[in-house]
This record gives sequence, structure tokens and C-alpha cells, in this order.
Amino acid sequence: MLLEVEGLTAGYGDAVILEDLSLTMAESEGLAVLGRNGVGKTTLIRAIMGHARQFGGRLKWRGNDFSNRPAAERVELGLGWVPQERDIFPSLTVEENLLVARRPGRFDLDGAYALFPRLKERRRNLGDRLSGGEQQMLAIARALMTNPVLLLFDEPFEGLAPVIVEQLEHTIRRLRSEFGFAFIIVEQHAQDALGLSDRAIVLDRGKIVRSSRASELLADFDKTKSLIAV
Amino acid sequence: MTGASAAARSRLFGGRVGIEGATLVLFAGAIASYFLFPNHLALLTQFLVLMMFALSYDLLQGHGGIVSLGHAAFFGLGAYAAAILARTGYNDPLLGLAFAAVLSAVVALVLTPIIVRGNDFTRLLVTLGVASLVYEAANRMRGLTGGADGLPDFEIAPVLGLYKFDFEGRIAFIYAFMVFAMVYVFLWRVVTSPFGLALRGIRENTRRMPAIGSPVRRHLAVAYTLSGGIAGMAGAVLAQTSRFASLDMLGFERSAEIMMVATLGGSGHMAGVSFAALAFGWLKDVLSTASPKYWQLGLGIVLMLSVFVARGGIGGLLDHLRFRRSA
Repeated sequence: MLLEVEGLTAGYGDAVILEDLSLTMAESEGLAVLGRNGVGKTTLIRAIMGHARQFGGRLKWRGNDFSNRPAAERVELGLGWVPQERDIFPSLTVEENLLVARRPGRFDLDGAYALFPRLKERRRNLGDRLSGGEQQMLAIARALMTNPVLLLFDEPFEGLAPVIVEQLEHTIRRLRSEFGFAFIIVEQHAQDALGLSDRAIVLDRGKIVRSSRASELLADFDKTKSLIAV
Repeated sequence: MTGASAAARSRLFGGRVGIEGATLVLFAGAIASYFLFPNHLALLTQFLVLMMFALSYDLLQGHGGIVSLGHAAFFGLGAYAAAILARTGYNDPLLGLAFAAVLSAVVALVLTPIIVRGNDFTRLLVTLGVASLVYEAANRMRGLTGGADGLPDFEIAPVLGLYKFDFEGRIAFIYAFMVFAMVYVFLWRVVTSPFGLALRGIRENTRRMPAIGSPVRRHLAVAYTLSGGIAGMAGAVLAQTSRFASLDMLGFERSAEIMMVATLGGSGHMAGVSFAALAFGWLKDVLSTASPKYWQLGLGIVLMLSVFVARGGIGGLLDHLRFRRSA
């Protein structure tokens, strides 16, 4: 198994948000994480990346426990995070934003630009002179520069125009099919996320309430909606 | 300018096209000043020292985003290290310089655990506290430091065994200029390296850096150590060229001054910070000559005005000038 989450209890400060949560992911697998706002989807990603407080349980990477490893070292394992806030460095250029994350591997500047030609055109723009879609592309490209094995997308389509969403979906598909990335995607647009993924889990109040193939949830989307709609 | 090198430039300097031009002007001006003001070489040497010290602090505040109200501790440490070493008979200037750099860097490294953690406010307090301790220690160790009287009587051997420090201060200026040039080139390479990029990333968004695999604390520790070492070198050059080391080199005023200079220069803009040091040193000299009693009043007014007139500091002004001319 690529990633095993065993009985994870996590949160921030004294607040427990995820309770006794378990899941596994195989190499090159795509997992959608669905649920209403505030059920712990982002916390799950943050806990995996070492940016939340882990109260209990274990996180294993290819069989090895990494629960105690600091956040920066988890990137070395092969975890790549595309955060919801995107967190582009505003006074660095597009290219500098990429270079600052560079770690040796197959993805370098050229690879990132091949995937996102738009970023190459904008490579001298400062990080705060980009459209929302470009920022999201940069956030994904920057995560790729760390040469991860598993990508964690947190609401990648939030606030983007449908045509950009379509492009990004296409890119994420390519990352799976051509490069064999595994990914976890947290997304309010459940249909989009399910369309990209093999499996899906639905969270409610910090627990998994449904776990099945993505196609099943898609097929019975009305019922799925009742699980996740506000 | 070819596309490739323009791209490289922009990659290195974040679109700050003016910085190389300003650097050239800076160096040309420094060399010219030697010939233009032969009677003011001692003052010019002090300017070079102030510029070096300002650059060392800019690595921290301007690039890494670490504020410190005690950076003079390293400056003074370097000054005393060079002075004390010279008094024991090892008075080769380069040896003294290296000794001061290593000693200050080691002390900075030892202090990193308490500097690197925490936020801006705790850092201000901690650096202020550490600098006060160093000051008081130097004050108490009269046998070593001369206490409040300072360390006056020591000789410095000729540079490279060839160039004797002369009465007019010519060799002193050239020596200080060479060290300054070395420091400038070294820092330039540091801030344009991937490490320098990571420092800027930390300044922009500390939280984000571990998420791209960047060890924030280690980077800041390295920056703090380098910065301390270079501040020590600046102090050593001052002690060697003025043949004097005193408590005020460690003092709070000097720490506060360098923070002002770096801010005035425009954070992270090496040429801007150097010009700011020059302007600050010159202004201080002019004002204190004009009015020995009220010069600080004039300095205060200029500093306050600069906040409104030059938002991005002198570096910001330089970029702006350049931008308008080429547009």
C-alpha cells in the first residue's frame, strides 16, 4: 500500500476534528474525499502533511510509520500538497515560485512548463499578478516540482471558471495516466471529483460514513447529493 | 539584452531590473570617491563598514524576514575579536578578519535555537536581551575589553605583509573596499542561489515552506549564522582601520541604527541598502557637524519623511527610476 491511515485522530489545538479514521491508498490510485463544509476534509489532508495536530493513530507510507516526521520531511517521502489557499509567493516570479520548490526528479521547469504552457508565458510575472486559474496552475506545478508520488488537492476548482476547471481536470487525468501519480482530491464539486477518481469516501463529523467506488456514487448521484449537500 | 539572459535576470531578481545598474553605480562611486575625496578617506572607510554591516542585517530582515534589535552584538564581537587578537601579537589584518568572522558566526550559530523559533515580537525581545547581555559582559570584562575606556593601543600589520596602514588612511580605505566588495559578491551569490530564494519564500509565507519540503528553521539558522559572521567582519574592519574597539560598537543605538538603514534601503534590495547606509552615514556626519547638539532631530525628521516619500525605500526608488526611463 502506498498510504495507510490507521485510526487517525487529529485536529488543532485541543479540538478533535477527525476521529478514528482509517483508509488505504494503492499506488496510482485516485481518491475523492466528499462531505459538507466543516466535516474534516481539509483536516485530513493537513494531518497527512503534518500541518495539523495528530492525537492518535498511525500514518504509514509504503509500510513505514511517518506520524512523527516533521512536515518538511514528508515532502521528501513523496507527498505533494496543493493547498486550498494556493499560497503563491506574491513577490516571487512564477519561475521563482517553481524553483523555490525544486527537488531532483523527473519534473523540472521544462516538465512543468510542458504541462502548463500558460505558466511559461507568464514566467516573469510576479505571483500576485496572476488570474485565479493561473495561480491554481502554479500551485499544482509547484507541488510537482517537489517530485511527489501522491498529490493532495484541496478544493482545486474553487472559484474557477468552468472552462478552466475543465482544463485542470484534463491535466489531472494526464498526471494519472501519463505519469502514474496517485491523488487525493477534496472538492465541493462532487461530480467533478468523482469523475476523476477511482474511489470515494464521504466524511461526516470527522468520520467516514460511506466508502465505495466513485462510479457507484456517480451512478446514484441523487443519493450521493443527500449525503453531502448542505 | 538577449531573451535568455533577460529571463535569467528576472528569475534572479524578481523583475527588479534596476538592481544591477545600481550596483555598478555603487562600485564606480566607491572607487571614484577615493580619488575625489582624498581628505575624507577615514569617513569613507566608515561608510564602507556601515554598508557591510547593513548588508549583513539585510540578509536577515530583508531576505529572511527575521527582525533583530541586537545585531550590533555581532558587529562589536567582531571588533573586539580583531582588536584583542591584534593585542596578543597576532596582528595580521586578514587573520584578524577571519578570526572575527568565525567567532561571530559561531556565536550566532549557538544563538540560533532561541532566535529561530518564535515570531517577530519574541525575536525583538530575545535579540535585545542577548545584545544587552553581551554589552554588559564586555563592560565587566575590563581586563579583556578595557571596559568603558575601550581598547585603544594596538598595531595592525601591513595587509598581506606588503601594504602598511598609512596616516592618510589610503590603505585602510582600499582594505575596507576590498572586504566590502568580497562581502557584496558573496551575499549576491547567496541571495540569488536556491537558498536565497527559499529565504524569500520564508519571508513571504513561512507556513507554506515546509509544505514544499523546505526546512524553515535550518534555513533561518544558516542565514543567521552567515549574517552574524559578516557583521563580525564589518566590526573587525572598523576596529582594524580605526585601531580602536569600544562598547558603543556593541550598543543598542548601533543595532537600532542598522535596522533603520535596512528599512530605509528597501528590504532585500542590496544596492538600495548600501546606498541607504551611505546616505545615513553622510547625513549623520553633515548634521552632527552642523549642529552637534540637535543633529538627531534632523535625522529623525529625515527618517520620518522617508517613510512617506520612499515607500519601498531607496531600493524601491531606484527600481522606479529605472522603470520610468526604459518605459
